Amino acid sequence: MNMIVNPKERLVLVGNGMAGIRAIEEILARAPGRFAITVFGAEPHGNYNRIMLSPVLSREKKFESIITHDLAWYEEQGIELISGEAVVEIDRINQTVTSAAGTSRGYDVLLLATGSMPFLLPVEGNDLHGVVGFRDLADVEKMLKIAGAKRHAVVIGGGLLGLEAANGLMLNGMDVTVIHLPPTLMERQLDREASELLQRDLTARGLACITGANTAALIGNSQDEVIALRLKDGREFPADLVVMAVGIRPSITLGKHAGLDCNRGILVDDGMRTSDPLIWAVGECIEHRGVCYGLVAPLFDMAKICADRITGVAASNYIPAESPTRLKVTGIDMFSVGAFDGGEGCEDIIMRDSSRGQYRRVVVKENRVVGVLLYGDAADGAWYFDLMKQKTDIAPIRGGLIFGPAFAADGTASGADIGAMADDAEICGCNGVCKGKIVGAIKEFGLSTLDEVRARTKASASCGSCTGQVEKILAYAAGDAYKAGPKIKPMCKCTTHGHDAVRAEIRARKLMSIPAVMRALNWKTTDGCASCRPALNYYLLCEWPGEYQDDFQSRFVNERMHANIQKDGTYSVVPRMWGGVTNAAELRAIADVVERYDIPSVKVTGGQRIDLLGVRKEQLPDVWRDLNDAGMISGAAYAKGLRTVKTCVGSEWCRFGTQDSTSMGIGLEKMTWGSSTPAKVKMAVSGCPRNCAESSIKDFGVIATESGWDLLVGGNGGVKLRETELLAKVATAGEVLEYAAAFMQLYREEARYLERTAHWIERVGVAYVQSRLLPDAAARKNLHDRFLISQKFAQIDPWAERARQGVQAHEFRPLALVE
Amino acid sequence: MTQEIWREIGVIDDIPPLGSRVISVNAGDIAIFRTSDDHVFALDDLCPHKQGKLSQGIVHDRAVTCPLHSWVIGLDDGKALDPDEGCTKTHEIRLEGRRIFLRLTA
Ligand code: SRM
Ligand SMILES: Cc1cc2nc3c(=O)[nH]c(=O)nc-3n(C[C@H](O)[C@H](O)[C@H](O)COP(=O)(O)OP(=O)(O)OC[C@H]3O[C@@H](n4cnc5c(N)ncnc54)[C@H](O)[C@@H]3O)c2cc1C
Ligand code: SF4
Ligand code: FES
Repeated sequence: MNMIVNPKERLVLVGNGMAGIRAIEEILARAPGRFAITVFGAEPHGNYNRIMLSPVLSREKKFESIITHDLAWYEEQGIELISGEAVVEIDRINQTVTSAAGTSRGYDVLLLATGSMPFLLPVEGNDLHGVVGFRDLADVEKMLKIAGAKRHAVVIGGGLLGLEAANGLMLNGMDVTVIHLPPTLMERQLDREASELLQRDLTARGLACITGANTAALIGNSQDEVIALRLKDGREFPADLVVMAVGIRPSITLGKHAGLDCNRGILVDDGMRTSDPLIWAVGECIEHRGVCYGLVAPLFDMAKICADRITGVAASNYIPAESPTRLKVTGIDMFSVGAFDGGEGCEDIIMRDSSRGQYRRVVVKENRVVGVLLYGDAADGAWYFDLMKQKTDIAPIRGGLIFGPAFAADGTASGADIGAMADDAEICGCNGVCKGKIVGAIKEFGLSTLDEVRARTKASASCGSCTGQVEKILAYAAGDAYKAGPKIKPMCKCTTHGHDAVRAEIRARKLMSIPAVMRALNWKTTDGCASCRPALNYYLLCEWPGEYQDDFQSRFVNERMHANIQKDGTYSVVPRMWGGVTNAAELRAIADVVERYDIPSVKVTGGQRIDLLGVRKEQLPDVWRDLNDAGMISGAAYAKGLRTVKTCVGSEWCRFGTQDSTSMGIGLEKMTWGSSTPAKVKMAVSGCPRNCAESSIKDFGVIATESGWDLLVGGNGGVKLRETELLAKVATAGEVLEYAAAFMQLYREEARYLERTAHWIERVGVAYVQSRLLPDAAARKNLHDRFLISQKFAQIDPWAERARQGVQAHEFRPLALVE
Repeated sequence: MTQEIWREIGVIDDIPPLGSRVISVNAGDIAIFRTSDDHVFALDDLCPHKQGKLSQGIVHDRAVTCPLHSWVIGLDDGKALDPDEGCTKTHEIRLEGRRIFLRLTA
């Protein structure tokens, strides 16, 4: 019998996670081909970026996009992957490991990276169905399943993980309550003030946060499903899902069972070796000098040390380092590191701008930064962290320190300059990548996209919070070769073309219908999808006013029905109320309609008009006809088009009013109603700088002054608050209308579908918009005229068409009734 | 005793291509979809997610995107496409020329 002796040393990794696979990569880089590697993983996949489970839960990312090592990778590297099998035994005498399914492998070198497990509160009911941790994909899948079917979620733990879980569940439509034992949220990363800002922001998004709350028990039904949570003070919260995010416990069972020295974690020395010289350990399962870790940056450092040691290339030692924390909740920006809450001999430098929800605290000791806390805008986090790590003497820049790198250099705002940044300034905290390394890789390998930089350097490849900076470096180092994002961002998965290219083709090749566009540009699907069809319909409508026949089947239901669908399938009806002004006859007609059709709810909207809610689909044409009879038309509260023009009472009544803002607003609304635009457009006119109509958060805002009108653009009061920027100051009402029409047309022709003016202007800059509207009066007039031409075909009341001319009648009637 | 019958419910021209109409039966609404290549499908008018009315969604290829939270439901089998999970009940339906017949349980 022939014995096949494997000449290679056998390396076995237990734990197919972030730290373990990083260690394998580091080993492969140092000693390619030296080991015959086997990886055991309890989870049934390749390796993925665990950090990104939060965006998977919130559906901002798909699972496929967070896979870092697919099965092909293991194959290419010649690694044997045994996934879906947990190792249950290490036989240190015979040097073998065995899985629960009975698979055994011998080892010469064993690496443990078993990570950690969510800590389950020892309360009654913690084993009910619907009680989950937040650790792996299986947990996320459980949560999404319940979110799809049920309503109430409770998250125990208001730390990083708990809040990311809560936010994700909320974005899935659940009502979420966070139960937190300490008096403030994220108390390990935030001081009291920042924590209060955070709680305010989360509450505004709809998260209920109960702090100082001690869980007594989870209550189940007869099927052992959780239905509620009870606090020690007796309060109860309904719960179809309970997420425990109160901390993690290193997974040491395997190591302990094998007789390795363990405390809270598996004990390792500075070289990542356990008490058995053949066994090494990295990641969250270890304890090093009394400390266990829970962020990836230190784990990736450990991976390097253990690779140096296992391959013998260097006798390096692990040196503990601070790692900063960020919260991955879109729209909430924070950064915290070090002694952010001060301490003996520390001085605080603090800046707060409560109205913008911004807070900064830099803690200094003996002229060195020792802690940083940023809330609201965390872009400068890396810069402060660098000062902290380099122990830079901040005495010379102390005056501007709190304002960040742009000011600190010479006390003036010069803009954070990538060129001036030191080569060893750290950019990516997770992977410890500094500027010099990124620039070097870009130059050496001719990188021109973010993905290429990620693949080469790992910068921005983990939590992604440094992406903006990496892009700036790319733009700086790669110059013209750099394309923001993937080369062109396709409109959707049906095509490889981007929005702008598709539009240019529609124009250049005179494409006049959706099928024509799809044929000409080789669409990958037959009919497109719910994301590209509405966009194409808009581009065609905008390009060929009067010629292109609107495709109703490519419009979202609200625009097709001319009413907003509600969660119960009924609709709302909002009549236009010019400039927010009404009269007795209109109010009477509205009241009559409400009674006649038994409409359950009447509400004054945030847009200065009246919303009739709960109208059944088949009632819509009749309701509209009756409102039409009283002279009212659709308020287009559903449209990607002009919504409302808010006004204040102005010089007509108000003691401060300088101009007739009400009439100005009505004039704007009469000119722009019915328009279709890439996304909704809201306007407002205020009679003086007190700005009671909130003009400074509108797409097009007007503020009257003694000498004329200030025209403001690009504001948004929605998801991400953005203040308008000044477009121009004009003298007459006629000019206000001309600029408004020209602005609308430029936006219609150049913004991408679903891009509101705020995002469009953020992309192209207000200076660009000014360059198109201000210097050349003829060009402005031209845009203005094109807008009015398109309005000729657009200002048709959809209610009248449907209530009287039977347009789209099938939408309102069932095909058949079957008894 | 239950009994199954084929009911004529209208002609395909009553439904716009890439559109949908609803049949009201005692048990609730059934949405009838017409694809661009003139196939018809019948599904309960209920999204497996939060009961959105699928008949109000956008139809593309062999699927419909729900108007409430954009789940995509396959018309052949009523199953939600990845990453979502769930299933809407389908009904047997056939065309004879342009006439549509739906199989109902009475
Ligand atoms: C009815 C109303 C709330 C109210 O009772 O006051 C309302 C109701 C809805 N808003 Fe709003 N918004 C209403 C004023 C506002 C305002 C205030 C304003 O216009 O001054 C804002 C912030 C200002 C802004 O847009 O910049 C506002 C920001 C939003 C947003 C966030 C937009 C953004 O760009 O961030 C959405 C979501 C979206 O459009 O995707 C939204 C979406 C919605 C939708 C359409 C949600 C939906 O898709 O079903 C709601 C429809 C309910 C219905 O059927 O009527 N609503 N919404 C207000 C109608 C005004 C009107 O008369 O037409
Ligand atoms: C939702 C979420 C968000 C996070 N966000 C951040 C963040 O923003 N920034 C940050 O720095 N960190 C973040 N973290 C923490 C980070 O993910 C962890 O620090 C990191 O994944 C730990 O790596 P590890 O290899 O030690 O453990 P893991 O990645 O958990 O890998 C361990 C693997 O070993 C397997 N295993 C365990 N026992 C066995 C066994 N006996 N046999 C076989 N396999 C076994 C496990 O199934 C697991 O797949 C986050 C974590 C989560 C869950
Ligand atoms: S009306 Fe506006 S703020 Fe209120 S729930 Fe609906 S979208 Fe949210
Ligand atoms: S109800 Fe259909 S996607 Fe939510």
